[in-house]
Amino acid sequence: MTTDTAVRDFHPRAHAALNNPQIRANFRKAMDGLMSKRQQAFEGWALDTLREQGAKARLRALAKLPELLEQLETQLTANGIQVHWAESPDEACRIIREICEARGAKSVIKGKSMVSEEMHLNAYLEAHGIEALESDLGEYIVQMAEETPSHIIMPAIHKNTGEISELMHHKTGTQRSQDVEYLTASARQQLREKFMRADVGLSGVNFAVAETGTLCLVENEGNGRMTTTVPPCHIAVTGIEKVVEKLEDITPLLALLPRSATGQHITTYVNMISGPRQPEERDGPEAVHLVLLDNGRSDIYQDDELLDTLRCIRCGACMNHCPVYTRVGGHTYGTTYPGPIGKILMPHLIGLDEGRHLPSASSLCGACGEVCPVKIPIPKLLVRLRREAVDGDQLHPSQMSGHGVKRQRFEVMIWQSWAWLNQHPRLYRLATRITTRLRKLQPHRLGAWTRYRTAPRLAPKTLHEQMSERQRGKPLAEVKR
Amino acid sequence: MTARQRILQKLRERRGGPLKAPAADLAIVSERDWQPEEKLALFTQMIESVQGEVHRVDRTHWCDELASLLAQRHIQQLLIPRQHTVGQQIRDAADQAYSAWPRLRHYDQTIEQWQPELFHEVDAAITSTRGAIAETGSLILWPTQDEPRLASLVPPLHIAVLEADQVYATFHEAITTQQWANGMPTNALLISGPSKTADIEQTLAYGVHGPKALLVLILESSAPDASYKDNIQ
Repeated sequence: MTTDTAVRDFHPRAHAALNNPQIRANFRKAMDGLMSKRQQAFEGWALDTLREQGAKARLRALAKLPELLEQLETQLTANGIQVHWAESPDEACRIIREICEARGAKSVIKGKSMVSEEMHLNAYLEAHGIEALESDLGEYIVQMAEETPSHIIMPAIHKNTGEISELMHHKTGTQRSQDVEYLTASARQQLREKFMRADVGLSGVNFAVAETGTLCLVENEGNGRMTTTVPPCHIAVTGIEKVVEKLEDITPLLALLPRSATGQHITTYVNMISGPRQPEERDGPEAVHLVLLDNGRSDIYQDDELLDTLRCIRCGACMNHCPVYTRVGGHTYGTTYPGPIGKILMPHLIGLDEGRHLPSASSLCGACGEVCPVKIPIPKLLVRLRREAVDGDQLHPSQMSGHGVKRQRFEVMIWQSWAWLNQHPRLYRLATRITTRLRKLQPHRLGAWTRYRTAPRLAPKTLHEQMSERQRGKPLAEVKR
Repeated sequence: MTARQRILQKLRERRGGPLKAPAADLAIVSERDWQPEEKLALFTQMIESVQGEVHRVDRTHWCDELASLLAQRHIQQLLIPRQHTVGQQIRDAADQAYSAWPRLRHYDQTIEQWQPELFHEVDAAITSTRGAIAETGSLILWPTQDEPRLASLVPPLHIAVLEADQVYATFHEAITTQQWANGMPTNALLISGPSKTADIEQTLAYGVHGPKALLVLILESSAPDASYKDNIQ
């Protein structure tokens, strides 16, 4: 189980992952497949226009966020869905436990929910004597292995069939088999029994529509529908940013989400829930709850630039296209949300103190920003967070938790001297001149920089010297390396 | 102050000041210029690409087609709606040729009263639809008292009946034409193919939680074009 303090061990984990051919092969194969499927799925679309409309739909929602949250609450309440608010993950966990306890519920079956991962809900419920079982096949596998998801859409992407077969054999007694159909059918059978007996179904939400009071869930397996329909009580958890204004607003987002995520035109199921079972109805939960979780989102909301992070619709395309993520895999990050979106979101949730390595774990190649369906400028935000990590409070005061955590007195001193030197031309020339003359003394090893690179060599003459020689008509001295 | 008040206050008193809401222009997801036959063809192509099976049948004898499809698949128990014409027509057909049909069942009780039977005995369910979406190959279902939510989810085979003239170009067209925003049902669904997963090494497997197979019967009139209905009025 990942704890947030484990985020600090990013570097050792990255090295371990890079040296693990199995992880490398699994992720490479999966990410290559997802990238080409996404490309095919958008063929014939004016993708930029569509992304623009997706971004605008999310922006519209964020611009009216407090009003829409109130409207959502009013509509849901009128529809018979109870709304709860939580500032912290602990508070959200407690609300869910209290709902369970009030019903005498002993078992919770879960559809996929990243927010519940953010809350570490499973561990919390288990600690309070309530069984929490994942029903999404990938999550079911990951839970059996006592791990966390390594990808937000494909949680068990780091495992191959052999490993899963072995795991299921040990934990559930199925036969060892390379036959995916058999393994899937076995899981179906095991989970159906659980669905029939579960007291509560817990799910996430993809879009919450304020206008109609509707919770939209997209999925392929049908476990989301089972979770929200079979048990007598359904609890949905979501971040406060997931609201959209109108039902119509989900149309561009629904066109973008599955195509960006898995290259599907649409998911098998789009499940729109607007109320519990009515007296004349014969199935569906008798009680439906929505828990709205803040957990740092209202802090991100304060800043014009960082705000863009809240547009995210959790498709995972940024991960699929990230050269770093593809090589190190999701577990290396040690965070609930891995990959580029995790790098800009997690520092807000756990503070830059804990997440100091995250904004730097990027080559800034820009792929994430180019594929983002809602045009989140991820590279720009990575640079912003890097600055937040080294900034001094006097220059740029910030509310960001862990602001300036990577600021080092020695480094600050070097840069201040550099700035001072650049403002004094004579001294600057003298200094560069001395440095070039002492080039033989330059060390070959420059710490982390030269671990994978050759140290750059200083030129024998400064640029100023070379230019003045040229102006005097002397042929340019051949640069000795 | 409650958590609710604190969250809302923080959002209202945003440091960066109020935000401007950009206007919507949803032409990209709504404007399509497809003729009825094109929409049918596209719907068919899209849903078949995700393992849906489509049969275009004449409305005068669609029940015969259904009976033979059920027989091919050795279906023992078929869940049908009690009130909807789909169910009525099946009952009428079964009355005339009893031996050609599986046992017909109705969702007459609450799920609690017959959960084991629905989960373990019923091997197919037929439902009506509120139309379909051509662009994505999706069926629109609004479960009702007569056709509850689990009918299209629990049995291994789901058969959906679609009227040929009820195919919308896009999801946007469907929700605006049918005015969904004026009143949503407790549950509305888009279904595009049978239940599936690729969670084990990206290998596709069907029927992980819901139906393993999805049959779509498109009911057409034998008249030469889709304007048939208008002509007879």
